[in-house]
This record gives sequence, C-alpha cells and structure tokens, in this order.
Amino acid sequence: MNSTDTSRTKDKAFRILGISTTVGCVLILAVFIGFIIYQGMERLSWEFLVSLPSRFAEQSGIYTAWIGTLWVLVLTTLISFPLGVGAGIYLEEYGKKNKLAKFLEINIANLAGVPSVIYGLLGLEAFVRIMKMGNSILAGSLTLALLILPIIIVSTREAISAVPSSIRDASNALGASKWQTIWHQILPASFGGILTGVILALSRAVGETAPLIVVGALAYVPFAPQGPMDEFTVLPIQIFNWVSRPQHEFVINAAAAIIVLLFITFLMNGIAVYLRNRWQNKMNW
Amino acid sequence: MRIKEKIIEKILAACALVTVLTTLGIILILAIEAFSFFGKVSIVEFFTSTQWTPLFTQKSYGILPLLSGTALTALIAITVALPVGIIIAVYLNEYAPRRVRKILKPLLEILAVVPTVVYGFFALMIVTPILQSFIPGLSGFNALSPGIVMGIMIIPFVSSLSEDALSSVPDSLRQASFGMGSTKFQTAFKVMVPAASSGIIVSAILAISRAIGETMIVAIAAGSQPRFTFDPMVPIQTITSYIVQVSMGDVPHGSIAYQTIFAAGITLFIFTFILNNISYWIKTRYQQKYE
Repeated sequence: MNSTDTSRTKDKAFRILGISTTVGCVLILAVFIGFIIYQGMERLSWEFLVSLPSRFAEQSGIYTAWIGTLWVLVLTTLISFPLGVGAGIYLEEYGKKNKLAKFLEINIANLAGVPSVIYGLLGLEAFVRIMKMGNSILAGSLTLALLILPIIIVSTREAISAVPSSIRDASNALGASKWQTIWHQILPASFGGILTGVILALSRAVGETAPLIVVGALAYVPFAPQGPMDEFTVLPIQIFNWVSRPQHEFVINAAAAIIVLLFITFLMNGIAVYLRNRWQNKMNW
Repeated sequence: MRIKEKIIEKILAACALVTVLTTLGIILILAIEAFSFFGKVSIVEFFTSTQWTPLFTQKSYGILPLLSGTALTALIAITVALPVGIIIAVYLNEYAPRRVRKILKPLLEILAVVPTVVYGFFALMIVTPILQSFIPGLSGFNALSPGIVMGIMIIPFVSSLSEDALSSVPDSLRQASFGMGSTKFQTAFKVMVPAASSGIIVSAILAISRAIGETMIVAIAAGSQPRFTFDPMVPIQTITSYIVQVSMGDVPHGSIAYQTIFAAGITLFIFTFILNNISYWIKTRYQQKYE
C-alpha cells in the first residue's frame, strides 16, 4: 500500500468516524429521552398536573411546581427583558467607541461565564438577606434575571447590528433624533432577533435549578404561591427532590415531571427557532 | 426634545450599568463572607487539610477534597467532550454535505438545551447502571458517570465554538492545500485545525470552565461525600454540589457553616474567572489573525 492509498483510507475512515460520532451523539440523546418517556408516561395524567405534592408518590403532583415555574418565568421576563434590551441598545447605539463600552463588554463576557450557582450566592445575600425579600419568588426571579441578562444583551446587540446602516442613515436624513431612529426604525427592524434571544434566554431560566436552591426555593411547598412574595418551588427542584429519593415510585414521578419540563423547554426553543427563521426570511436586506 | 433624548440615554446607560453592579455584587459578597470565614478558619488549613467536614461535629475545613472532586469530574467531562466535539466540528465543517449539516447541527444543539437536572437523572438512572454492568465495584454514586454525562452535555458547546474557529479560517488555505493534492483529512488536520488552533483552545478552556461550574449533574449522581481522591469509582463531592447540599438544609445565617458556602464559592469563582479571562485574552490576541 503506497502513501496515497494510506491517505485515502484515512480520509474514508475519518468520514465514517465523523458521521457516526455526530449521529451517535444525537442517538444518545434520543435514547435518554426515550427512556424518560417510557418511564414517565404512565404517571403523566391530568391528576398529576393538578395535584399537590404528597408523601405518597402515586398521589403526588406537580401543581405547585409548575405554578411556581410560571410565576418565576413571568417575573424574570418582566425584569430581564427591559434591562437586557436597554443595555443592548446602549452598548450598540450609544457607547460604541469609548473606554467604558469596552469595559462593559469584557464585563458581560465574564458574567456569561460565571457558574449559575454563584448567582445563587449573590441572590441569597443581596435579595434574600440585605433587601429582606426572604425566600420569595421575587428574590428567585431577580437572581435568574441577572443570570440571563448577559445572554439577552448579546443577542440584542447582534440583532441591532444586523440592521443595515442605510435604514439608520435614511431616518437621520429625514431629521429624526437618535432615539426616534432607534424607536421607530431600529427596534421594529430588529425585534424578531431580539425576541428570539429573549425566549432562548428564558428557556434557560426555566431549566435552572442550582441558583434557585441557593436562594432558598423549597423542595416541598404545600400550597401554590399566590403572589411574588410567597415561598415557592419550581419544576427542576421538584425533579431534583424526587430523583434524590430511594423509592422507585418517586423516580417515576421525576420522569413524568421531566417530560413536562422538556416539553416547556423544547416548546420555547421551537418558538424561538420559528421566529428566527421567519424574521430572517422577512428581513432579507 | 433634547432633554428627553438625554434622559433616555441615561436610562439606557443605567441598564448597562446593572451588569457592572452584578459583577461588583458577586465579588463583594463573596469576599466579605469569605473574609469573615477566614477570620475563624486558618487559610493554611483551608488549602492544606484533606478533610472537609463543616457539617459534622468533628469539624475540618480543607477545601482539597472538594477541589479534587471538581477537578476529577471536569477532567472526565473534558476527556469526553474535547475529542468528540472536535471530530464533530471537523466533520461538519470539512466533510458533511450541506444537507446533512443542516439536519445534524440543530439536532446537536438540542443537547445544549436540555436542563442540567435532566442530565442528572440520565447520569443516575441510565449511565451509572450501564457502567456498573461492566465495571464491577463501581459505586452507585461516583465521579465517572456524572463526568461522562457532563461531557456529553458540553459536546455541542465545544463543537460549535470549534466550528466557528474552523469556518473563520480563510477558504484560500483550504484550496491551497487541495491544490497541493492533499486529501480532506490531511487538509483538515494539517492545515485547518492548526490554523484554527487558537479558537479550538478557547473552546476547550471555556468547556473546562463550564464543567467546573456545573452543579446539578454532580449533585444528583456523584454523591455528597467530600473525599480527597482521584478514584472515579467512589462517591465524591464537588464545590458546586457542596453549595447545593448546604442550601438544601437549614443552616442559620452568619454561622460558620453558612460562610463555608461563600468560601467554597469564591474558590470556584476565582478558577472560572481565571479560565474565562485566559480564553478572552487568547481570543482577542490571536483570533484576529486572518481578518
């Protein structure tokens, strides 16, 4: 076998290795999810969704957990959306060249790499103790809002910078002020991209567990929360709690709750991808 | 009109400043609580003792067991994620036909979307039993299984960053290599990967940083026994899962046990901070080469 043959063989071998590795990863995920559905499907019922937690696995449900997740999702959105988009607009439109902007950029890159459990420690001390919010939904939502802020800022900036400068110039030429240009031209043109980023960030918040455990979200909450100052639990924490128990019945509950959690995350990601594609097709500059 | 414009600019700047306050808040809070922790526990004990038992009656505050647990799981994760991630990146960027790429890439991204608590379930309920069937003596809680699962989780992270690095290499290099009669394999590994090496190194560093900060997989599947060991078969504890363990319990504010999570937290923060900055530095220093 001469060296050309060896090279060709290597080439072929890597092609096979590449495709099988890539497909293998996807298959592993498929097997994992299949296993979850196989285990959890039998428990998934209307009762499971509307029942309060209980000592008995068969009577336990995820009502308090998904209500808590919903509360956290809504509050986190309300806090992080204006903050993140505002910061993104500032960095992209106002502070582009100065030193402060450079510093902010490095800072945001750094924040994006801080482990989520550290945000929990921040929330525990800043919101739960110093601002005396207790182990409330509000404290948890503020913590998650700070956690996903870097993601929202970065995607807002990307969406804004994708708007062609001709639009900006045209608006300026017509005598619009800077903010009028942003509000009436830039934001409508980039809104699809911004929304995609925000939804992706929120889908991450829905799956977060560790920071909420640290700020004191409880594993067991007897009643569904009524307001933002109430104690709460969320789906991932309920899952964590059930997985940690030795009885097999609770593991089945965990699997069923995971189906619900995955459904929510995949749905949000699906919406985001759909929006992105639609926006990309529409905004073909 | 002008005043309105000014006010709006100030409001937007305030939004951006929240990120600075977040960083300051993290550093201050960790530093203050850790400082008062080190008022009670000697820093020498913290870094040299091989026992971590703050929740027992016989208290000892050596971070080494948590560090070894963290390093061990991260090492296993990166051993899985780095080669697989790079193979996938090279395959998708150099070999895969466009159609195949368009299908496989989004499917891979799903791996990154699944919440970590779900991966914890996979590690404990699927991977550990499978491993136990051919590794006799593997404990029900161990470092191996969560390490592998964590590796699987960060594969798309490594592959997409490496792919970005590969696709930013100018096509002229690839064409030149083909022109010399190289195969795709030779082009990929002798031209493209070396040319994209800074980006690939960045992806590896960020992946390590990810792995040492990962919490739920280890909290669920690694057990909670701080142990100064590099044996992947036995239960261990990482910095992150220790923080979760303490937070699940009822530790009074201001107690030394409460402060341990901040001391552990600042150790973790420093490591990830250093890694993130190294990667940022490499990125700004070397990645502009071809532009």
